[in-house]
Amino acid sequence: MLKELWNDAAGGFHPASAPDFLPEAALKEVQLRRLRAVVQRAYDNVALFQERLRERDLTPAAIESLQDIRHLPFTVKADLRDTYPFGLFASPMSEVVRLHASSGTTGKPIVVAYTREDIEVWSEVMARTLACCSLHRGDIVQNAFGYGLFTGGLGAHYGAEALGATVIPISGGNTERQIMVIRDFGVSALFSTPSYFTHLVERAGELGIDLRELPLRVGVFGAEPWSDGMRSHIEAAAGISAFDIYGLSEIIGPGVASECPEHHGLHVFEDHFYPEIIDPETGEPLPDGEEGELVLTTLSKQAMPMIRYRTRDITAIIHERCGCGRSLRRIQRIGRRSDDMIIIRGVNIFPSQVEAALLAVEGTLPHYRIILGREQGLDQMTVEVEVTPEVLSDQVRVIEDMRERIAQAIERILGIRVGLRLVEPHSIERSQGKAKRVVDQRGD
Amino acid sequence: MKLNQLSLFLENRPGRLIEPTRLLAAEGINVMTLCLADTAEFGILRLIVQNPARAADVLNAAGWAVNLTEVVAVEVPDQPGGLAEVLGVFEQAGLNVEYVYAFTLRREDRAILVFRFQEPDQAITALQASGHRVLDAERLEALVG
Repeated sequence: MLKELWNDAAGGFHPASAPDFLPEAALKEVQLRRLRAVVQRAYDNVALFQERLRERDLTPAAIESLQDIRHLPFTVKADLRDTYPFGLFASPMSEVVRLHASSGTTGKPIVVAYTREDIEVWSEVMARTLACCSLHRGDIVQNAFGYGLFTGGLGAHYGAEALGATVIPISGGNTERQIMVIRDFGVSALFSTPSYFTHLVERAGELGIDLRELPLRVGVFGAEPWSDGMRSHIEAAAGISAFDIYGLSEIIGPGVASECPEHHGLHVFEDHFYPEIIDPETGEPLPDGEEGELVLTTLSKQAMPMIRYRTRDITAIIHERCGCGRSLRRIQRIGRRSDDMIIIRGVNIFPSQVEAALLAVEGTLPHYRIILGREQGLDQMTVEVEVTPEVLSDQVRVIEDMRERIAQAIERILGIRVGLRLVEPHSIERSQGKAKRVVDQRGD
Repeated sequence: MKLNQLSLFLENRPGRLIEPTRLLAAEGINVMTLCLADTAEFGILRLIVQNPARAADVLNAAGWAVNLTEVVAVEVPDQPGGLAEVLGVFEQAGLNVEYVYAFTLRREDRAILVFRFQEPDQAITALQASGHRVLDAERLEALVG
């Protein structure tokens, strides 16, 4: 007999979402129980973790309360590279049913593993993510996250199936086919990176297809930081409600945190992933509400437990109760990663700041790219911006004025003078996955 | 009475001009005249074509950013003083010309002047009041085609 797992009505409560509403005391009890078990598991099975605890004269018994987590050592990305490929696994290969890996744009990729139970948890947190994004059984979802070694495609796929939605496993790329399927299949929700969806909206416009007239109502976007301005642009251009989701392969993939219809921060599924915010310089924990680096501990992971993993993502925990009723704490949308930071002539710059300047001047976000070069030993930054039909004029003066306004807006925000080059539409390469906004040609 | 002019943004480097012109050629769209405004880094290609709406669709579908602007075309005798006389009309009417380009016709001793104004309707009224012939798309095509 089929388990009665879901409500069909829009906005209906999905039973998988029940843990989202646990009272705080019950949630903390679950967290502590799971934390102690996962620390014990990592200690017994992962040599690196045991070694680090021994160096500190610690044993798993030191964890008597949730606050004691601060005594445990951090795990960083380099640990995954140093133990490549399988060094942090806590399960024998006979229990591992899936491997994923990062694209490895710099150096060796990192490999992550899942037991059958891990896949079940992943499906559960992704179903909760999608329920949080107002999806339900009966939705036709087009999953344009890449399938393959990247966790996005399969993670979202399993979650959508667990929710009872109809999944189209189209993967990334072939934009014209994506648009045809959205239209012909009556797609109601689409998953992709925000930059790829921006490209898709642009292409649909060129083909004379108005996405606002189609049944598409929800976009679920993740895998890269995107601004609120970009959200407004996407929502208006496609006639959808856009949700931000968060995750990373090292922890599980997508499914770590999700926006709800309040669109004010992302609920962390903290019965499985315990969040902390630390000062990235000192490593000291910061109280809720203060901005710092997000650190996550997998509370139920079997094949590859991550204890206090430093995400490099900068955010703050929102402790206040959310209007949607979920008791899960939220993190602010991630606007920047400490990895994305560019240092030019001693000034710290984030691509999101350039984005903010472009949005302020143009009202919409054009495709852009930041090129870093060096002339006579001095760092130079040039921003290339594509000319959109909205700002194109037949008059040179109008275009020159716009260029100057953008250059000044960037200068005001960054505090340094940058070059600004207007380029033809489509001359900047479109990514099918995560956008590459920065090209560093400085050669060191 | 106004003509639709297409404008395209081009980067100032070799080979950029040929792509849009090839696209139009492949669709059998005749370019009646053009004008290229350039700066050190970019250019704006302005085109008067047979079927501007279809040309814009073709270019849009190929991913070009296209701007449509209304311009005013006037027919004048191809002889000394032809341009000056028309400009005198605009001076009288207090109208500022944003830019102008001109071409002559093969078979007739006529020249066509293409003007861009902020207020094209006022320019047309002034031209007609002074007895000048303002061209619509049909007439232009008959002359050029």
